[in-house]
Amino acid sequence: MQSQSQSQMTDTNSTSANYPRLNDYQPEGFYDEVVCADSVARPDSVALVDLLNRLPAGELIRRQRAIERSLYQMGITFTVYSDAEGTEKIMPFDIIPRIISASVWSDVELGLKQRIRALNRFLDDVYNDRQIINEGLIPANIVDSCPQYLPQCVGLKPPAGVWCHITGTDLVRDNEGSVFVLEDNLRCPSGVSYVLQNRAVMKKNFPRAFADSSVRPVNDYPARLYQMLRRMAPNDMLNPTVVVLTPGVYNSAYYEHSFLAHQMGVELVEGRDLLVENDHVFMLTTDGRQQVDVIYRRVDDTFLDPEVFNKKSVLGVPGLMRAYRAGNVALANAPGTGVADDKVVYAFVPEMIRYYLGEEPILNNVPTYLCQRDDDRKYVLEHLDELVVKAAGESGGYGILIGPHATNEQRAEFAEKIRENPRNYVAQPTLQLSRVPTMTGESLEGRHVDLRPYILCEGPDDVWVLPGGLTRVALKKGSLVVNSSQGGGSKDTWVVASPGQIVARP
Amino acid sequence: MLSRVAESVYWMSRQIERAENLARFLEVTLHLILDQPENLVDPWEPLVRVTGDEEWFKEKYGAPNQENVVNFLAFDEEYPNSMLTCLRAARENARGVREKLSSEAFEQINEFYLFVHEASRNESLDRTSKFFDEIRQQTLLWSGVLESTMAQDSAWHFANVGRMLERADKTSRILDVKYFNLLPSVEHVGTAIDDMQWSALLLAISGFEAYRRDYHEIDIPNVVGFFLFNRTFPRSVHRCVASAGWSLGEIDQASCNQSSSKSSEKVDALKHRLAHTQVEEVLAGGMHEFVDLLQRELNDIGNTLAEDYFQAPISA
Repeated sequence: MQSQSQSQMTDTNSTSANYPRLNDYQPEGFYDEVVCADSVARPDSVALVDLLNRLPAGELIRRQRAIERSLYQMGITFTVYSDAEGTEKIMPFDIIPRIISASVWSDVELGLKQRIRALNRFLDDVYNDRQIINEGLIPANIVDSCPQYLPQCVGLKPPAGVWCHITGTDLVRDNEGSVFVLEDNLRCPSGVSYVLQNRAVMKKNFPRAFADSSVRPVNDYPARLYQMLRRMAPNDMLNPTVVVLTPGVYNSAYYEHSFLAHQMGVELVEGRDLLVENDHVFMLTTDGRQQVDVIYRRVDDTFLDPEVFNKKSVLGVPGLMRAYRAGNVALANAPGTGVADDKVVYAFVPEMIRYYLGEEPILNNVPTYLCQRDDDRKYVLEHLDELVVKAAGESGGYGILIGPHATNEQRAEFAEKIRENPRNYVAQPTLQLSRVPTMTGESLEGRHVDLRPYILCEGPDDVWVLPGGLTRVALKKGSLVVNSSQGGGSKDTWVVASPGQIVARP
Repeated sequence: MLSRVAESVYWMSRQIERAENLARFLEVTLHLILDQPENLVDPWEPLVRVTGDEEWFKEKYGAPNQENVVNFLAFDEEYPNSMLTCLRAARENARGVREKLSSEAFEQINEFYLFVHEASRNESLDRTSKFFDEIRQQTLLWSGVLESTMAQDSAWHFANVGRMLERADKTSRILDVKYFNLLPSVEHVGTAIDDMQWSALLLAISGFEAYRRDYHEIDIPNVVGFFLFNRTFPRSVHRCVASAGWSLGEIDQASCNQSSSKSSEKVDALKHRLAHTQVEEVLAGGMHEFVDLLQRELNDIGNTLAEDYFQAPISA
């Protein structure tokens, strides 16, 4: 097990008598991000709690419904694959925002920057000199057995040493309010469009509470993304052609691809719109071919180029990797980044931070048992009823056993799987995730949340963190699973400005 | 712009126009049966005939009547050219090119589709004038949104070409149906009933008032001329072809290619012919023949358009 750094990140629990108490609401012993244990508003939530107490009965649910309707009309939906009619659903949205204090956020921001700097160095190292392996800090077999480790990427040298330009790291807070990194998503993290849309509808519906809470803005994300992509162009081109590459309308995140292309004012292309000739990438237009210089690709690594990866892929572009290696096109993110967000490799990130940066990790990892280690496996099998077990190769909330909530049969099934393929399983203590008041029927109850901030990285030490992110909420009472495919919803995330920081206007 | 995007925008716009025209067909027919003496003429059969899919209809529904024709043209999920399937296809196309549309444009298509979709599920819906009034509002909103929220760039022009070619085709079909199928018998020509039917046709293209202002009285050559050759009315064939030609010209201008495209030349040729044909010639040569040729030319323009812009060009 990795030793954990002990950074303290609890809010100031000031229970001044002047702060309002949220009516008819109990934190029920959980860490609640809006109120303290006695239901009194936390300092940054005063305006919100005041408003909630003032609203006439039924008004909150009315606004909630109005927002849902407008999201539906705007077509902000994801596709339900199993439905022949191509039914789309809106991502469930909850009207109560999650508020994060300036002091908590400043640690989160520093910690995320540090983590991305280390992860980029790790990626550059692991596909080139492999020093961290040679020095014995990470076993070679853990890297080499990782399904996301792509031998085709060995020797790649992405410009400026940046592999993951866009990251969406999953964070959680425990029962003391301490922040932990749950997962690094370094491939094609999605959800940022919901952040921007959630903000837009919240500003419309709660202009006063929003203005009174001095919230930091998120709406410059597309502009920042575009700036970064533009500067990635080969040969310092002045006016490069930037495109977003999508698998197409049937992809569940298609709305986001389209939204980002629209916001940046660039073409949204599919693989069939592109071709490679003489190691240059072109798109097919009504006006002939046009060269493409930067691709923000939302197609998975192994579908990118059938010449190099999955031969059957029709989503990709034959020859794309040739053009990339020749330096004629920039890709964000670089292919191969998945090796660093593997659930086993995750356990070594604190080591990476120490090794590459010579710093102590600012953000905690969740303590992680690696089932391929004999001692860890023994412990995991003996404590399945306390632990969360995760399959390394799965995402979207699949392949997870939440020990305390599972049946004996489910635990036995996982024990069997762990014995069969120990490399593929890790286990972590079950965290009591923090909660936020959430609409349930007509009233407010606490529901567990996580947070996915979005991070842009332009150079090895040039990292920017979006102040906010996607707060996902497990809408089912007691549930810890926040994935939208598993009944999760989302909330707007309000990061409070420190003195001197820019505040979003309602 | 991307060839795929141009093609999607073009079809999206065509499909919405097609849905709109189906609504117009149905609406005007519903008006007609309210006005005319009972059992004078069956207005539903010609509506099926105008689609060119009579066989398909008969196999599924048998003899046409109000209920099954409305169902067929408005809500049939299996029929590829019903309003519902057209709007669904338009919305799919719009989803694929969403970033090229204004938010308002996408939202309008979305809402239009959802409206018809919900109507199709609503058994108790009054499928008569109120529903069609609402459809007409939706289509007017769509036109307004297209005009006032989108830059008139190439994407807009491709949408306009699709809209205009579809509209020209449908205007000519409305005329065709009347000429061959709505006339109960020769002795009705020139009677009040005949007048009423011609008026209904003008209503179908929202042209009744414009026609009245120009000609006051119903007169067959004038009505035919109004449908085919009127230079100012937005649904006349000539006006539609001219507008498509204008858009193609703008598309060619925006491109780096110096010469005008083949489709642009074909549209100009058709426009020229429409500008120099007399109604008398049409009536003498047979109006059905004229309309038939016109539709074939419009189809040919559509195919040439695909070759010019939508299929991946071989060289830069």
